Amino acid sequence: MKRIKTLSAAALFAVTTGQSLAADITVEIQNLSHGLYFTPIAALVHSPDASLFEVGETASTELQMMAEGGSLDGITSIATATSADMITNPAGGLLAPTMSASADIMTTDGNTELSVVAMILPSNDGFIGLDNWEIPTEAGTYSVYINAYDAGTEANDELRGSGAPGMAGMPVPPPLDPLLGTGGSGVAAADANPTVHIHRGNIGDDSLTDGASDVSNSVHRWLNPVAKVTVTVR
Amino acid sequence: MKFIAKHYKAACLLSFPLFLAACGSDDVREVIVEVPVEVEVPAEIPAPVDVSYQVTVTNLTNGQPVSPPAVVLHTNGYLWELGGVASVELERIAEVGDSESFLTLGNVSAGGSGPILPGDQQTISVSIEDVTDAKLTIAAMLGNTNDAFTGISAWDLSQLDVGEGYTTVAGAYDSGTEANTETAESVPGPAAGGEGFNPTRDDTGFISMHPGVVSVDDGLSSSALTNQEKFDNPVVRIHIMRTE
Repeated sequence: MKRIKTLSAAALFAVTTGQSLAADITVEIQNLSHGLYFTPIAALVHSPDASLFEVGETASTELQMMAEGGSLDGITSIATATSADMITNPAGGLLAPTMSASADIMTTDGNTELSVVAMILPSNDGFIGLDNWEIPTEAGTYSVYINAYDAGTEANDELRGSGAPGMAGMPVPPPLDPLLGTGGSGVAAADANPTVHIHRGNIGDDSLTDGASDVSNSVHRWLNPVAKVTVTVR
Repeated sequence: MKFIAKHYKAACLLSFPLFLAACGSDDVREVIVEVPVEVEVPAEIPAPVDVSYQVTVTNLTNGQPVSPPAVVLHTNGYLWELGGVASVELERIAEVGDSESFLTLGNVSAGGSGPILPGDQQTISVSIEDVTDAKLTIAAMLGNTNDAFTGISAWDLSQLDVGEGYTTVAGAYDSGTEANTETAESVPGPAAGGEGFNPTRDDTGFISMHPGVVSVDDGLSSSALTNQEKFDNPVVRIHIMRTE
């Protein structure tokens, strides 16, 4: 009986405003990969007309900041500007291979879509992406497997370098530093596709001192999916 | 005299309830309770009902033999889980395709009849008595790798009625127990012919998605593998049919 009442109330609300009610959800992100790290994760719950990225479209400057250097400053600005509810950095730093991080969030009326992004390390501008996934209204646990994208904003040279937008190379924070090589000659020039696309993967090489890449080809490659997002709706 | 005697009787009668109340705790009473005699008739034990499944595994890869799949029915928990530490039983599958010890886990199990070559499929039957909500776990090695395996983990069978089937695909997992060197000494499959199970663990220590094989053609000079052994997800198709 209580359930029926709740449903009726929700239906009435939908009729009068066309928006959905707030929801109490938990978002968990698991790194499925063998050797990749994820930079601080952003999970946004936002309205259907907002979007962090679209495959086939040029990445925003804010997305570029995240994909090239792991900075969430731009993503946070987007969240504020679009009145999104945001989970910031649930792992408290890098999310290591096979590890999980989660956070609870109370969503605002009308914020019905979930998007998740985090940079992939080591990469030049690779990121994990969930793009406008509609959160079910029925209570339950839902899992979504997500893929690796390339922001299309930086050449995949696979060399140690900078995490600043527009600067070449990959940022190399401490846990990755001993795992990467040096002295690579550079794998690739600018992407043939400068828009957001499915990442073609790291190439890497088998030398820590020379070769084309500073990435290890037997440790830092991947096959999709690279992450699992589990949403619990209460 | 007669008159006096009458009065005496009356006095005795009047005092009787008082006497009982005063001496109640010393009263010994015998109580006879009738016990109904029941003849027990043993309930009829229903004949056990077989719940049976046919599991068909199809190898979708170009050059990875799939080891004889281990098909295990169990009632709770996980026999392997992404992010978890591989059991020695799983390690034996992932490093050499030996499912013998893994098949002892769970309630009932069945092993494949031999390796499944690329493009081939194999059907394995497994039955359990009186349990319709078992969990299904499958594990099989990708033979031309260090420790790649595929399968499904604790798949819920409770929704599958007799005559119903379900099809899914599975990706390649890495047991995290052996570094992916791809050398001739460490890969047991026909492409390399190296060592199988080795109890030493020298990799991440956790089950993850597999990063794929690099091969000598794609830049790993010490690899015994060629482009023929490369794969992408998914690597197998799994069809589950409940037959009874």
